[in-house]
Amino acid sequence: MSVPNTWRLQQQRYRLMGEVCDRCKTKIFPPRDVCPECEAPAKTQFALSGRGEVYSYSTVYNAPAGFEDATPYTVALVRLEEGPLVTAQLTDVSAEEVEIGMPVEMVTRRLRADGAEGIISYGYKFRPVQFSPAI
Amino acid sequence: MNDEQPRLLKPDRDVGVVGYGAYVPRFRLPASEVDRIWTDGQGGTPITEKAVPGLDEDVVTISIEAARNALARAAAVDPADIRAVWVGSESHPYAVKPTSTVVAEAIGAIPHTQAADWQFACKAGSEAFQAAVGFVGSGMGGYALAIGADTAQGRPGDALEYTAGAGGAAYLLGPAGQALAIFEGSYSFVTDTPDFWRRAYQHYPSHGGRFTGQPAYFRHSSAAAQGLMQAMGTTPEDYAYAVFHQPNLKFPSSVARRLGFTNQQCAPGLLVGEIGNTYAGSSLLGLTAVLDQARPGERILLVSFGSGAGSDAISLRVTEAIEARRDRAPATRDYIARRSEIDYATYARYRRKLVMQ
Ligand SMILES: [Zn+2]
Repeated sequence: MSVPNTWRLQQQRYRLMGEVCDRCKTKIFPPRDVCPECEAPAKTQFALSGRGEVYSYSTVYNAPAGFEDATPYTVALVRLEEGPLVTAQLTDVSAEEVEIGMPVEMVTRRLRADGAEGIISYGYKFRPVQFSPAI
Repeated sequence: MNDEQPRLLKPDRDVGVVGYGAYVPRFRLPASEVDRIWTDGQGGTPITEKAVPGLDEDVVTISIEAARNALARAAAVDPADIRAVWVGSESHPYAVKPTSTVVAEAIGAIPHTQAADWQFACKAGSEAFQAAVGFVGSGMGGYALAIGADTAQGRPGDALEYTAGAGGAAYLLGPAGQALAIFEGSYSFVTDTPDFWRRAYQHYPSHGGRFTGQPAYFRHSSAAAQGLMQAMGTTPEDYAYAVFHQPNLKFPSSVARRLGFTNQQCAPGLLVGEIGNTYAGSSLLGLTAVLDQARPGERILLVSFGSGAGSDAISLRVTEAIEARRDRAPATRDYIARRSEIDYATYARYRRKLVMQ
């Protein structure tokens, strides 16, 4: 992958950097450079707020390679307040506390580590909104 | 020994804390659990409990959340205007690869910024703070971010295992006109003292036992505090609050008393009983807790301590701006109140003390 692409992916993973359609103002995540609503080119960067709610979820007990030491964990489809649906791990919450419609907020956490010698990947996860009133 | 009068560390331009933020992980290991495992509950406990990071947390993630909270309290500062991102820690996730670049990327400060990781045991964050004051005060950059964070590990069964906690705090330094607290001056006192260390490739630190007290913590903390007050012409009565490095409850309480500070001045910033020793985050988190409640005009004395050894003393004065901006991010006490108690077995798993291959 080219350096600019890697950089863009990091912005996307570390802080939910998406795009906004200049024509119809639709917020786009992950970035795809074309508006899914009106098909206009959309390359203007837009940082999503990270607030949303759980749309659906599933708890993982048998994890794929690289995620074994985190089990059990919950993966959710999160509906961001700006519209896009994102798939992400939930954190700071036990499986039985999760429910559809639960308000969540984005945090940047370790996603996986490639063994003891490899790279550590960081990226977005979501946790229940911690402090109310929400800040 | 050089007996010159203490001279203040202070830049020509006025600088202050434009934003501050705390982070403490949600898991808590009661000290009674460590005591249950290693002394059958007969050993006594130096604190109530300590904060433990989750499996997906480390100094990078702690620094990012603290930094976001600091930015939330800054008055509309564009992260792209932050010209330095500095993280002090003794538990950086990599031996070689900076923590600061990941933090800079995550808050949107890249790529036109300076970034560096700082090291000096538990005072790695306060020295980054002083350097950030100098950086902004010299006009090199408009804003600089200084963070102190750690996920400290104690050898199983060692005295440090009761207290080695996790957490961090971030400070955005900028022009005094935008500040929540004005930097009034600073003074540092360091010597080569072998009280605590960790050699390369070693997982757990070693310490000099009784040597950690008088010749290390007390001597340096006292000299830095006294030097600063002498250089500034202040006395303990001039400060509404005093925050010291807090490896346990005894040391900060004792040094404060010897210097002439009261419990009332120290209690708001004394968090070790509830979250443990957060190393580079320790005194800096005490300061976030104080800023959460301080009133305009009040003065705060911060005194860090790092083994090896040295102390940085910093004097701040709170401004009117704090009232409108402190509620824009969670308070330190919000994070402390957010707690999930775990037992020693869960702790052993979370801190990767169980080796599976
Ligand atoms: Zn569109």
